[in-house]
Amino acid sequence: MFIKNKYDVVVIGGGPGGLAAAIEAKKGGAEDVLVIERDVELGGILLQCIHNGFGLQTFKEDLPGPEYAQRFINEAKSLGISFLLDAMVMDVTSQRKLYVSSQDFGYVEIDALAIVLAMGCREKTRPQVRIPGTRPNGVFTAGTAQRWVNVEGYMPGKNFVILGSGDIGMIMARRLTFEGAHVERVLEIQSYLSGLSRNYVQCLEDWDISLQLQHTVKRIIGKNRVEAIEAVVVDSHWNYIPGTEEIIPCDTLLLSVGLIPENELSKKAGVAIDPVTGGPYVDEKFQTNIPGIFAAGNVVHVYDLVDYVSMAGVGAGKSAAEFALAEKERSARYIPLVPGKNVRYIVPHRLDKRALEKGDVSLQMRVSKPIEEDVWLEVRNQNNSIVRRSERYVRPGEMVTIVLKPNMADELEKSDSLIVDIYPKSEV
Amino acid sequence: MEEKNFICTACPTGCRLIVRMEGDEVVKILGNRCRKGETYGRQEAISPQRMVSSTVRVANGFHPLLPVYTKGAIPKRRIAEVLEKIRAVEVQAPLSAEDVIISNVIGTGVNVVASRDMPAKE
Repeated sequence: MFIKNKYDVVVIGGGPGGLAAAIEAKKGGAEDVLVIERDVELGGILLQCIHNGFGLQTFKEDLPGPEYAQRFINEAKSLGISFLLDAMVMDVTSQRKLYVSSQDFGYVEIDALAIVLAMGCREKTRPQVRIPGTRPNGVFTAGTAQRWVNVEGYMPGKNFVILGSGDIGMIMARRLTFEGAHVERVLEIQSYLSGLSRNYVQCLEDWDISLQLQHTVKRIIGKNRVEAIEAVVVDSHWNYIPGTEEIIPCDTLLLSVGLIPENELSKKAGVAIDPVTGGPYVDEKFQTNIPGIFAAGNVVHVYDLVDYVSMAGVGAGKSAAEFALAEKERSARYIPLVPGKNVRYIVPHRLDKRALEKGDVSLQMRVSKPIEEDVWLEVRNQNNSIVRRSERYVRPGEMVTIVLKPNMADELEKSDSLIVDIYPKSEV
Repeated sequence: MEEKNFICTACPTGCRLIVRMEGDEVVKILGNRCRKGETYGRQEAISPQRMVSSTVRVANGFHPLLPVYTKGAIPKRRIAEVLEKIRAVEVQAPLSAEDVIISNVIGTGVNVVASRDMPAKE
């Protein structure tokens, strides 16, 4: 495989949103589609979501995350989409230029006719929820623990407390129990469950793991390793209720306290971000405020079902292909104006083949050398002369103009380029 | 008449089910919004079933673990036994999604299969 410097559609992120977008862009007629992924393999976070429950809408099957991803990966590969793995997009511009650092190809600059942002989201961490106490080892996000347990083969601890009733937190409560750990309980600051009810049933209720609503962690205790947390009951404004504190011994605290769309790159391209969702403002085609830059999946807003992420990817991919094809068609209509005999330059430099449908176009130019006798100014294409007029002389200091008229539209349509020559009549 | 309350897990909607029982027999299911809910409620009242997913060790794999899952639901009370069987397995890469890792696990008639392709280590 090699990396080109121009693609019709470039998708940033090889998770469910990005894969669906790339597949749809390719099916929608984009010829060169590239997916750039920072991990060493495609699939995104689905690869660590080994529990079932994915694909009920998309495939009418109950699949685990990796298999849901696998089906999209297989389809993307069969369609001839290009992949750049183990690569970071360092910058994107509003002109749809990408600056990429890749393990295999080094530093690469890529121009895209359309871009789909599909960077997903990331977890909130301890600083974002401001948990007081010491700073020992043993405080992880639920997703980090999930990666360790399901992909890398490490157990993050033995005795767990989980803060937050998000889906990943509940799923990890069950998963850790399966792997022989003890999950003491799940604390949720709000008065309601923040994840799906089905996960409460299958992950907590089934395994007698207690969920305490309106509870939070007041303090983390431990020097080198977490030794305990201090739980506390909160009121409806999340204020601690004095006297309700409880020390819960544990060696690990997992945080499942929300996700944030990952939009550092989007901002670099000038994409406007909705402060409520944390993701780009998009229209019904998933286009951001920057023409040709689309966005889909958790980078736009946090979804609860991957099936919906894939659907958004399909929408964005389709729109990106449409945009890229229109852009291609538009640029294919342009032909260059080539300075011929004794012409130094011509303005405009290029011309829309359909320009004469809307009226006259004047070509302005300067000659390279003076000719102090009668001259022909002639515009021609690869086959025929299109227009010719005479002047009594030409001089570099005096601009020369030739006007193209609507009656020349047919000949212009057949042209690959227009050449302008200026030469003495005596030479003919 | 006895009433059992469940939250349906057949899909992410999470319907609240009321299952009316007479002895061991289900006589009425309320609260479901689709047929799946009816099936789930009936099953849950009589003998709860779950799909199980976990990982097995892989020799010579791109990753040290291969995610696996039961291709169908198995009795909830037997999950621990299934996990024990899964834990004892080590497989050899390369493998493909849906490859059978344990067939007919503990006589349930359900296979444990790979959740993804697992290429060999380069």
